[in-house]
Amino acid sequence: MDYEIVIGLEVHTELKTHSKIFCGCSTKFGSEQNTNVCPVCLGLPGVLPVINQKVVEFAVRVGVALNCDILPFSKFDRKNYYYPDLPKNFQTSQYDLPIAVNGYLDIQVDGVVKRIGITRVHMEEDAGKLVHSGATISSSDSALVDYNRTGVPLLEIVSEPDMSSAEEARAYLEKIKAILEYLDVSDCKMEEGSLRCDANISLRPRGTKPLGTKAEIKNLNSFRSVQRGLEYEAVRQEEILEEGGRIIQETRTWDENKGISLSMRTKEQLNDYRFLPEPDLVPIIVDPAWVEEIRGGLPEMPDARKQRLMDDYGLSAYDSAMITVSKAMADYFDQSVQCHADAKTVANWLMGEVSKHLNNEGISILACPVSPKQLADLIALITKGTISNKIAKSVFEEMWSSRKDAEIIVKEKGLVQISDSSEIIAIVDAVIAANPQSVTDFNAGKEKAIGFLVGQTMKQSKGRANPDMVNSLLRERMQSK
Amino acid sequence: MELFKYTAHQLHQKLVSKEVSAVELTKNVFARVDAVEKDVKSYITQTRDSALAQAEAVDAKIKQGQAISILAGIPGALKDNICTKGTKTTCGSQILGEFIPPYNATVVEKLIAEDIVMIGKANMDEFAMGGSTENSGFFTTHNPWDLTTVPGGSSGGSAAAVAAGQAIWALGSDTGGSIRQPAAYCGLVGLKPTYGRVSRYGLVAYASSLDQIGPITRDVTDCAHVLNIICGHDAKDSTSINAIVPDYTKALVNNVKGLKIGIPREYFVSGIDPEVKRAINKAIEQLVALGAECQEISMPHTEYALSAYYMIAPAEASSNLARYDGVSFGKRVEGTDIIDMYKKTRSAYLGAEVKRRIMLGTYALSAGYHDAYYLKALKVRTLVRQDFDKAFENVDVIITPTAPTTAFKIGEKANDPLAMYLQDICTIPVNLAGVPAVSIPCGFAGGLPIGLQMIAKPLDEETLIRAAYTFEQNNDYHKGFATLGEVK
Repeated sequence: MDYEIVIGLEVHTELKTHSKIFCGCSTKFGSEQNTNVCPVCLGLPGVLPVINQKVVEFAVRVGVALNCDILPFSKFDRKNYYYPDLPKNFQTSQYDLPIAVNGYLDIQVDGVVKRIGITRVHMEEDAGKLVHSGATISSSDSALVDYNRTGVPLLEIVSEPDMSSAEEARAYLEKIKAILEYLDVSDCKMEEGSLRCDANISLRPRGTKPLGTKAEIKNLNSFRSVQRGLEYEAVRQEEILEEGGRIIQETRTWDENKGISLSMRTKEQLNDYRFLPEPDLVPIIVDPAWVEEIRGGLPEMPDARKQRLMDDYGLSAYDSAMITVSKAMADYFDQSVQCHADAKTVANWLMGEVSKHLNNEGISILACPVSPKQLADLIALITKGTISNKIAKSVFEEMWSSRKDAEIIVKEKGLVQISDSSEIIAIVDAVIAANPQSVTDFNAGKEKAIGFLVGQTMKQSKGRANPDMVNSLLRERMQSK
Repeated sequence: MELFKYTAHQLHQKLVSKEVSAVELTKNVFARVDAVEKDVKSYITQTRDSALAQAEAVDAKIKQGQAISILAGIPGALKDNICTKGTKTTCGSQILGEFIPPYNATVVEKLIAEDIVMIGKANMDEFAMGGSTENSGFFTTHNPWDLTTVPGGSSGGSAAAVAAGQAIWALGSDTGGSIRQPAAYCGLVGLKPTYGRVSRYGLVAYASSLDQIGPITRDVTDCAHVLNIICGHDAKDSTSINAIVPDYTKALVNNVKGLKIGIPREYFVSGIDPEVKRAINKAIEQLVALGAECQEISMPHTEYALSAYYMIAPAEASSNLARYDGVSFGKRVEGTDIIDMYKKTRSAYLGAEVKRRIMLGTYALSAGYHDAYYLKALKVRTLVRQDFDKAFENVDVIITPTAPTTAFKIGEKANDPLAMYLQDICTIPVNLAGVPAVSIPCGFAGGLPIGLQMIAKPLDEETLIRAAYTFEQNNDYHKGFATLGEVK
């Protein structure tokens, strides 16, 4: 049978406020264990939470950017469950009245735009981190708790089950990440856990309406995991259905190394969270005028920026999308172009050499050793004809490792392109004299032979001769012989 | 000299006139503690060293001619669910038997700023669940008026300490009557402020939407003085009310002319002891004679309040008390795995009444029962609150008994939780509505004090003070001192 895949995502993002959601402790990542703590986030007897206003502001920004309705009256609730990383044994979250509901965002896969519904956006506190004594939970006989992360503000963004492929899920997550980055509300580092994703996935016969039984996939810790984990799950479910089996509602955990998912718990084992309105916090009353103020102050969002790059610089839709998917990349682009570099060339370099080097070293463009102005200056050298494209690549290598300006490297290494015809003719004549057979071949009509001679000339000039001039001067000199 | 028998405002005069020193006063109270504590058992923890140091600091100020605040150098007791930095705060529970908070409750910070002397941490029903202190995880406190009876609860240690002269004043906490009922049983003034009037930061939570800290004192004047110190907005408590705090001593006016009193007929039906009823009626007649106007009113949802309370309070408690799991503070019993550790720890160190309420609350919030019990209870709460709103359209103060009877015998209701719960039938609606109420002594029955409850509209503690003060000034019930014997 032909099945349709149905996917909905729950994305958790840590907000980059300076202090935690309900106390004044720092949210700094990587601090010494149990140093960013106080009686409130440790859940000691007698403490009370106080909402961090910045968290509400960030939540409203995200809600507005995701085209949601901001509820004028929203509240916190307690989600009760026992786990040692949760000092109060309840998580303060939002249950039936979240801050934002009914939004959407548009994604694009293979040139097709699709609108994905956003069910809700709500605020909650993060839990602590368990450090197990052994390699895995089951092989550990004890665990320690680091409460630094306890109370770091989180937003949970829940989508409608509107995605029908792993690619769409990935595109959705990338779009969410881009929007959060553009809003400057989260670091969105999946490797540090500041952006996390759980997926609900089910299958149904194509063309039918009712949803099939879903599985929830956890531990999808990278974009790659999201795509692979969902592709795996779709195949697993299809095989079960094809064999006449039944999908059981369960939570599964993705093992990226093994490339498989394993069952964590079934529906029967699901927690009853016994939600309770948080009596220690008052309801959040949002002034519509404030929402409008936030809406008016939103920065340029990814879609608008992409359109601007296409309109202003004539970049292709693909190039614009690639550059604007990361705010930092787009900022780099804009800064480089402002230094009078040709926009299309900057785009080519960003998606070529720059991305290649970043990927090799696994760093973000924010850590790029070559600044936007340095790249612009390098491109200017090419445009002026001072260096060739090929030489520019080796200059870029040098810039990357030494952080020096292109001009200095070109000068130091004597890489300036030779465009003086007398200097080139001298080399060309020497090459012609040394390779009589090739000259004969060329004169006999073997066009290919010139390639060899060009290569030899370039070699002799240590790559500095202007290739176009080498080509035309070779032809000129051989005909005159 | 029996300094321990005076009120705080009387002792303040003695201190500023240098008739006595704060150290003398503190030693006098500790001598009293030494003499009667074995019979009364008010304190879980006594803080002698810090108390004397506090007293010395006050004496130094007096010596230097500095002005001192009204409670400076006056020995007081704090209920053991109010967090004191560096001093054990057990909440009457074995599970917090060794717990030393690293911070002070907001009220404690305020009291320290006024240079009070803290004698110790008073006994209570475990996690403030109970009406007799018999549920304390440590021992039962005895009523100084008759040592064979209970002092009431859950702030029984605070009330007994003040009644027995082991403290001049005390703080309690009131979730369903836990200040007012022990004040009534011990012949004292106990006031539960409007919900949000006093910061709860540092008060170990029982039921967060109902808990409120308040004073237990020997007279209304002391009550006004303590209120002046502890009331006010606190940025650390989101539910605290941001409203100006009046000077409550300005309400110490001996005049009730024109005061409109409402008598809700639903509070005088069944279960009220005839002598209690007689005393309340006599008090009302007296207030009318002093110029108050009295009318019967109806609060039709009163009969459902107790049931709603025993859904809402346990529901919140089941969540509030989940943190006592042996992981990062409090006592622990090791187990084979984390779940086993939780179970063994909580089984060993939480008492029967606490377990009963945790189970009640867990059940009330469970999927499938949540709407029928918890949600229904919240709706009843709204109806109860509306009864008060409506009543206060026509009256300034509502008068009822504080408790249906006087103090009962230790052990009498220990195995009958429902009978115990019924002792709170007059006080619980007040917490559900969040309004302020005070209990004042209004007579004796068989040698035991009777408490009269006055209830006012939100943030109108001043009217309570005025009415209570007028009644007090026209009687002398507050002048008697507990006998520390047994009433035959």
